[in-house]
Amino acid sequence: MMFDHRYEKEVAITGIGQSEVGRPSSKSAMRLTVDACLEAVADAGLERSDIDGVACWPGDNNNGDPFSPVGPSALKSALGLNVNWFGGGYEGPGPLAGVINGAMAIAAGLCNHVLVFRTITEASARVHNKQAGALSNKTQGRDSSYSWQWFTPFNVLSGINLMALYAQRHFHEYGTQAEQLAQIALTCRRNAMRNPKAIYRTPMSMDDYMQSRMISTPLRMFDCDVHCDASTAIVLSRRDAARDTRQPPIRIEAIGAALNQPWSWDQISLTEMAAFDVGRMMWARTDYTPSDVDSAQLYDGFSILTMIWLEALGLCPVGQSGAFVEGGQRIALDGDLPINTNGGQLSGGRTHGLGYVHEACLQLWGRAEGRQTAEHRVATVAAGGGPLGGSLLLVRE
Amino acid sequence: MPRKLPALNADNRAFWQGGEHGELLIHRCHGCERFFHPPGPICPHCASLEVEPHAVSGKGKVLSYTLNYQPWIAELEVPYVVAIVELAEQPGLRFISNIVGMDPLAVRIDMPVRVSFLHVEDVWLPLFERDQ
Repeated sequence: MMFDHRYEKEVAITGIGQSEVGRPSSKSAMRLTVDACLEAVADAGLERSDIDGVACWPGDNNNGDPFSPVGPSALKSALGLNVNWFGGGYEGPGPLAGVINGAMAIAAGLCNHVLVFRTITEASARVHNKQAGALSNKTQGRDSSYSWQWFTPFNVLSGINLMALYAQRHFHEYGTQAEQLAQIALTCRRNAMRNPKAIYRTPMSMDDYMQSRMISTPLRMFDCDVHCDASTAIVLSRRDAARDTRQPPIRIEAIGAALNQPWSWDQISLTEMAAFDVGRMMWARTDYTPSDVDSAQLYDGFSILTMIWLEALGLCPVGQSGAFVEGGQRIALDGDLPINTNGGQLSGGRTHGLGYVHEACLQLWGRAEGRQTAEHRVATVAAGGGPLGGSLLLVRE
Repeated sequence: MPRKLPALNADNRAFWQGGEHGELLIHRCHGCERFFHPPGPICPHCASLEVEPHAVSGKGKVLSYTLNYQPWIAELEVPYVVAIVELAEQPGLRFISNIVGMDPLAVRIDMPVRVSFLHVEDVWLPLFERDQ
């Protein structure tokens, strides 16, 4: 893999914002979004009129689904923004696609400051309909979707069955054990207890984990993230435009977005997913190495995905994520590689992708009150599972 | 158990209806002679358009599996086994299905299996049973 031009190095994160994280929230999806975006713009030391681009993953897809109720079009109109470029859409390198696309728009010379956001209201949706989210469109009528028509006839009605297939294969090939996997959930819970915005803040023991309900072997309820209502936003700026902003810019040192396999949940490598392609690309675009990483925010929509990202990004040897996380010390806040320092999605809430970027920036700026890591110059963020995957290497200047 | 059925089209019809004649039909390329799945109008290996469904043995092995305990909808009988089955004809040739006709707790990775069709409306779902 050779790259002449590494566009992301021209882009920095200059501000972050996040709404309340509710389960549920009484605010509208747009109000949550506005709260996050205005906070991010102010945090960057910018005015609303400075924003000339908007990016989002996945956008509202014209269906008002609580998975993504607000898209770039609606936000642009609500905030009265004049933009040179805006875009969203599900198809792309996973939950970080908004960041990656927004950075491209800046590097291409279309924009100076791009507002990237992600809103989700799955908690309030489930107050009215317990099946919302997991089962939308998966139980009625004939299935014509490119991907799900191969799963729903066999009563694969939730993504957890697919993640469970990855987990079972990991257990089989590498001898990974339930007590090792549990450390992802336990670590997230310990971190969430230090995060006032986290959904679950009561202690969780190994017994609690092992006794939690089996959903799809080997994954239990505590291996699944927790629905919430929230919006997260970040401001991306051209690096020379970033110099006017209030805090040291966080450079996007490298991105990973590759997919060298079929876009498929079952044809893709079960132990590598898209993640290994993504990791190889990211490290090919930088002189930094995995040993430079001070903290990692790794997607935990399901705990097994965090394990696979650890391996995919070279943060531990391939197949050895189980041994790496065993006991939990290494990945704790005061360990060699703190992960998911705000409680992740497992205990913090399923802010879905951008929440990890928000937390990485808090850490890099030394603003993660109550849960600040000792070393905080280089952070990595990775999000997605199966064929969805993207990653960022972030460096504070 | 309730089954949501696929919408049939010119590309996937053979796979979903081959069971009417007891055949598991998988797309195969005349250019490179390799099988591929899911079926489509072009070979993803060599880009040949000379592709057509071809009957395979229906034998394979379990690549991975999970016991689903969550009753996503009321009529589901849990636990049921979701598995990825790799067909005997070619490494990597695989799809998701259910393992039926045995104790779910006895399913293992690498267990040999053979196809067993379940007829629902105009579709013959290729499920799998343990192959002794």
